Amino acid sequence: MEPLTWTGNMGDVLDPILGITAIALLLTSVLAIVMSFATTTERVTVNPDGTIAAQPGLRGLTAKAQVYSLYAFLATVVAYIVTGMVVGWQGGGIVGGAMQAFTPVWISLVVLFVASFYYKRKLGLYGKLFDSTIGMIGFGLVMFWVFTAFYAGIFDMIYMHDPLTQVSGMKNKVPGTPMPDVDAAPYPFYLLGGDNLARDVFSRMVLGSTIVMQIAPLATLFAFMVGITLGLPAGYYGGKLDTVLSFMANLILAFPVILLFYLLVTPEIVLTGLPNYMALILFIFPLIFVGVLINSRYRTQPKTRNLYLGIAMAVGGLIYLSLVMDQGAPKPIFRLWPGGLDLFDIPGQVLIVFVSVVFVNSPTVFRIVRGLTLDIKTRDYVAAAQTRGETPWYIMLWEILPNARGPLIVDFCLRIGYTTILLGTLGFFGLGLPPESPDWGTTINDGRRLLSVFPHPAIVPAVALLSLVLGLNLLADGLREESLRD
Amino acid sequence: MKQNPDYQGPILEIDKLSISFFTRLREIPAVMDFSVSVEPGEAVGLVGESGCGKSTVALGVMQDLGKNGAIVGGSIKFKGRDLGEMSQEELRDIRGNEIAMIYQEPMASLNPAMRIGKQLMEVPLLHDNATEQEAYDLALQVVTDVKLPDPKRMLDSYPHQLSGGQQQRIVIAMALMSKPALLILDEPTTALDVTVEAGIVDLVKDLGKKYGTSMLFISHNLGLVLETCDRVCVMYSGEAVEDGKIEEVFDRMRHPYTQALFRSIPLPGADKNARPLVAIPGNFPLPHERPPGCNFGPRCDYFEAGRCDQGVIPMRDAGPGHHSRCVKFEEIDWDAPIAAATETKSREIGDPVLKVGNLKKYYEVAANALFGGGEEKVVKANETLDFEARESETLAIVGESGCGKSTLAKVLMGLETATDGTITMGNKEIQSTPIEKRGTKQVAEIQMVFQNPFDTLNPSMTVGRQIIRALEVFDYGANDAERRERMLQLLDLVKLPREFADRMPRQLSGGQKQRVGIARAFAGDAKIVVADEPVSALDVSVQAAVTDLLMEIQREQKTTLLFISHDLSIVRYLSDRVMVMYLGHVVELGTTDQVFSPPYHPYTEALLSAVPIADTSVQKKHIVLEGDIPSAMNPPPGCPFQTRCRWKEKVPGGLCEKEVPPVRRLEGGHQIKCHLSDAELAAMEPVIVVHAAE
Amino acid sequence: MGLFILRRLGVMILTALCLTFIVFTLTNLEPNLEKLAKNQANARMTDDQVISWLDNRGYNDPMLIKYGRWLGVLPHFTREEDGEVVYSRCATPGTTIEEAGSFCGVLQGNWGWSTVFQNEVLEILGVRGWQTAKLMFFVMLVMVPGALIVGVLAGMKEGSKLDRSLSTFSIGTTATPEYVSGVIFISLLASPMIGPNWFVGSAQTAMDNITFENFTLPVLTIALYGMGYIARMTRASMTEVMTAQYIRTARLKGVSFQQIVLKHALRNALIAPFTVIMLQLPWLLNGVVIVETLFNFKGFGWTLVQAAGNNDIELLLGVSIISVVVVLVTQLISDIGYVFLNPRIRIA
Repeated sequence: MEPLTWTGNMGDVLDPILGITAIALLLTSVLAIVMSFATTTERVTVNPDGTIAAQPGLRGLTAKAQVYSLYAFLATVVAYIVTGMVVGWQGGGIVGGAMQAFTPVWISLVVLFVASFYYKRKLGLYGKLFDSTIGMIGFGLVMFWVFTAFYAGIFDMIYMHDPLTQVSGMKNKVPGTPMPDVDAAPYPFYLLGGDNLARDVFSRMVLGSTIVMQIAPLATLFAFMVGITLGLPAGYYGGKLDTVLSFMANLILAFPVILLFYLLVTPEIVLTGLPNYMALILFIFPLIFVGVLINSRYRTQPKTRNLYLGIAMAVGGLIYLSLVMDQGAPKPIFRLWPGGLDLFDIPGQVLIVFVSVVFVNSPTVFRIVRGLTLDIKTRDYVAAAQTRGETPWYIMLWEILPNARGPLIVDFCLRIGYTTILLGTLGFFGLGLPPESPDWGTTINDGRRLLSVFPHPAIVPAVALLSLVLGLNLLADGLREESLRD
Repeated sequence: MKQNPDYQGPILEIDKLSISFFTRLREIPAVMDFSVSVEPGEAVGLVGESGCGKSTVALGVMQDLGKNGAIVGGSIKFKGRDLGEMSQEELRDIRGNEIAMIYQEPMASLNPAMRIGKQLMEVPLLHDNATEQEAYDLALQVVTDVKLPDPKRMLDSYPHQLSGGQQQRIVIAMALMSKPALLILDEPTTALDVTVEAGIVDLVKDLGKKYGTSMLFISHNLGLVLETCDRVCVMYSGEAVEDGKIEEVFDRMRHPYTQALFRSIPLPGADKNARPLVAIPGNFPLPHERPPGCNFGPRCDYFEAGRCDQGVIPMRDAGPGHHSRCVKFEEIDWDAPIAAATETKSREIGDPVLKVGNLKKYYEVAANALFGGGEEKVVKANETLDFEARESETLAIVGESGCGKSTLAKVLMGLETATDGTITMGNKEIQSTPIEKRGTKQVAEIQMVFQNPFDTLNPSMTVGRQIIRALEVFDYGANDAERRERMLQLLDLVKLPREFADRMPRQLSGGQKQRVGIARAFAGDAKIVVADEPVSALDVSVQAAVTDLLMEIQREQKTTLLFISHDLSIVRYLSDRVMVMYLGHVVELGTTDQVFSPPYHPYTEALLSAVPIADTSVQKKHIVLEGDIPSAMNPPPGCPFQTRCRWKEKVPGGLCEKEVPPVRRLEGGHQIKCHLSDAELAAMEPVIVVHAAE
Repeated sequence: MGLFILRRLGVMILTALCLTFIVFTLTNLEPNLEKLAKNQANARMTDDQVISWLDNRGYNDPMLIKYGRWLGVLPHFTREEDGEVVYSRCATPGTTIEEAGSFCGVLQGNWGWSTVFQNEVLEILGVRGWQTAKLMFFVMLVMVPGALIVGVLAGMKEGSKLDRSLSTFSIGTTATPEYVSGVIFISLLASPMIGPNWFVGSAQTAMDNITFENFTLPVLTIALYGMGYIARMTRASMTEVMTAQYIRTARLKGVSFQQIVLKHALRNALIAPFTVIMLQLPWLLNGVVIVETLFNFKGFGWTLVQAAGNNDIELLLGVSIISVVVVLVTQLISDIGYVFLNPRIRIA
């Protein structure tokens, strides 16, 4: 079989159009920036019907031209996707094949966007996101990877080759190379080429997203639990407690992250059981958080409280114990819990990665929560709660925390991105996850040695990681802008 | 360089001005069909409640409406030239040079990282091509003119090193640097204490005369406008509703809104039982929900369907130089007595429920908060307070910032514990029982209403939920249904519709939020309610309604109300007894009549003189206090008030600087903390004299 | 002011002690020591032999005592047989046991011996640190002015085209970690396969001779990632200042836009980013390690990787001390600088 070209037959039509629209977009953007430098602030003119007129003159023209070339560019991109979905690799080359592979993702994205757009006025902050172009682009990128991870991880869709199988003759082959034994292969090509161990780069990238999506959001969530549970009392009570906690947070923050990783994420450390001990401490915070949350809310109605608290503690406790107890752990204390009730085990290497990431992130969350608490606790509604004799934890969790949610949600998005970068860093240094793991950091590390000769095995996961983190950052930016409005 | 130095006509002519703001969803008209002119040397007042568009007019004059605002009709002429047609360069030339502006927040309007001298000198350097030395000399002279001590040092300091009053004087100095033809003052004293405000108002009046400047004075305070302006323009919901000479508008008003406004503010003649305030019904319309026809129509007593809700209502002549935007002003009997007011009986005052004896609250603070260490300083927030409050009584606690009234509230509520002395509530001493150690009933009995309506409710919880939570905490009811029923009753009590239970606080207006705050305070059948400036952040017309509500609930529930305020007018209107505080000391305590008539404590005297009163028949003695309120961190020795007291010379032997005066008990339980001799006190003259109606 | 610096110094020393202790503990855990023993003596030692090897060198003493010895506040380990000192940790190759002092910790300038490089730790750190210092100098030279200019330009007119473009650029750079941008740069700009081969994909030659070709990519890679963050901070602070009342005061005083930005806004807007830049430094260490690994530039970060990867305990401890001290000193500078920049905080 012939090797695939990048865009196949559909490229004959679309490639020139893409080139033109891209150049037009670039030119108009530059022009618009230059114009905004050149002219001073002009007055707004008003039409008789009460609407503001579009900016007049050359400047208004460039603005318009920029918008139209953006639309044209986006339309071309959509054309690639749609055509690719229909014709596949046969007519669309590598791009066509990839677009077809992502078909379930495209469908899900369209459904999600149409539904959200339709109901956007009823959906609060999430709905407002659809008023901001930046926010929508970010959300689209993030959801692209979420769906990819979901379909690939759960239904084994999208990717076509096993990420670990090495096919002889495919080592370091360029994108679009046909398989040596086409009939036996699940898919006739390595769409994005083979890596230095002759594995499919495309499939590894797709499955890499599953690993990131499993660890990054969850680790960030745990970091938030720890940060919130410690940051609220530090800010609310102040005094000695604040001094001690802040000192500890600063201690961790002063620690160069990379050094910490090199010290923590090593096989020797796993042998000492330290990650299990840290998990023991860090994972208890969500449990405490939920417990205190329920208790403070229903403290005046003991019956309701006991019921809710009992259910929450039983479920949470089981999950907690399953999480920290490990029948294969090096220290006997972690084998105390009977194996039958130990629902799942996390491999030591993954656990240590998870714990380290939570550990590195939580001091920053702590500082943010502490700052917000210091600000909100001076409000009158907090004083009102105090004067009716509410417990401090009720005030912290029900009066202060809900009103700090805006900045926390924004930071949560940013922090998932940061955690993704950290995971990549770990992979890049070959720490933690097993060396054959398809996660993006490890794959970049594999590919970088032959970078100047065979760039594709490293570039593909690098771009994937970049797009996800960029999406998260844009999403956070959109959320911040929209929550600051009105 | 000044333009048209020989120009003779009006300084500012605003003709049929309309200003709109544009949002993503709609155009929001902020000012509509607004006309006013300012003659040379004249001071014109612009009054109205918040959101009526008065500040937008000022920004329109400055041509600084931001990105979303635009003038959509009419013209603004300055010295005969249309400001809307000027280029940016021409505008820059006029701004700060011929038109200067003074803002509400002095601290925020000065650059924190620039020395004051430099900020002042910038004006002549920009507009008059002055040399560095000339600019400095001018700055020095103007700073002396605004009566700041030690001008050289002032020029060399940063804004944060000055007190609020001093900062506002600097802002005024900056505005006067170029001897502008027009000065726009946007609520220049709202952020300041009353006695400081009096000084600033005095200064502005003097300097206006001295420099021959015309003024556009924007304020929500009718009394202040009366004191400063020659003419006044009343605005309502984006429109001017009435304008004219100040005496005309104040004494012969020809618009129902102006009338309603005057009836809702506590003037010296008002009395909560005999002549209660009349609140304006309804709410201020949102800009995009204005009614057709007259904007005030839905809230107006004289509303007539078919006439008031049709078409555009123009401004019409109502006398020489007097205009009104009312179609019916000729038909209304403007001298008719207030009809709606129902007289109520004064309630019996019962036994004491709260006794405070010799209460002291000291704080220890590090002298240097940021860097810690250093010697600890003791702030004496409350010094030997001694008073009692009875059932069904309203005890007003009056004082300016730093007088210790908020600390007193905290100690009463149990958020702080007393350093010394006793607080007896019921039969129990609670001065050293913090709130967590108080029983549910004890907590429920003493509750608080807060100052800032935008801060008093948790923004992320429904109104009903917040009241129910209070009921839960106070152990009311056996189940959720009972509590919900009680919550709805509480909403009835504060005259809010029951649908409000499921609304979020952001959907409520300021006055409605304050009502919810009151409902929450009464959830546990409070015996004592501490109201910390409950109406000072509300608009005048809403103030009356909330005040009346508090009075009504008090009458029904026999509550003891501790009413903390700095506003003597409202205190005079609603309180039975008054306690005046200054720097942690109670300087005067007595019944309302005793406090408001001589003999006064010198501070009370100055306070009474400082409060602007919107009544042309009132004559006040003019007393302006020198300087600012001393810091509670660093109080003066002897009498706390001695640094600003005008009676100090009358006390022999410099006693005021050496000893804290003893509490003097005069007849009828009237207490004054002063060294003045009985003869001196007896010789004091009343500050406020109400002339008989002419 | 003196008191303030003194207090900060106290906290700083306490932090340094805590951090070095943590590093010390983590590097002296049982498995590490076992590895060390097998590495140094004999790879096929039995467990008993390992224990006695460690015992003989004082590795099995309590952690705090070992830490004290390493720090140089406790006399170092000596082994006596029959009342005679037969082994002293202070005796380096070339000195006899008798000549060796009893204290030989970090405080005495004795930073130990690197098992990987077979050299004095202090010397290695000096050489490698100097290489990294050069790298950092250029990074700062590119990053700080670049970030501040981008931030101020974006923040002075919020919502303008310029703002949107620059903000998108900043967001883009913060989303591109060094290992991504480095990979992209090398493959696009330094690969014979694709694109122009303008630069060299390795910075090995830059250790002796810095040229535009071999040093641009490493510097750019680190600078870009940090730049976006500082630029966003500067922009946020600038937009906040530009909406402040005193800017309106200045505008309505007739000051021109250019003068408003330069005279009124800039100083106020730069107070916050200053702290950020300083606190950015420890975080740049991440970038240094990645870039030095990626571009094969044998500096401080590369040394860290070598030490950690080869269980070189004493070198790793040395690296930790340096990085912790650098971080803490920058924090101190940022605190003091903040006080000087901000006239609102003046020490009474």
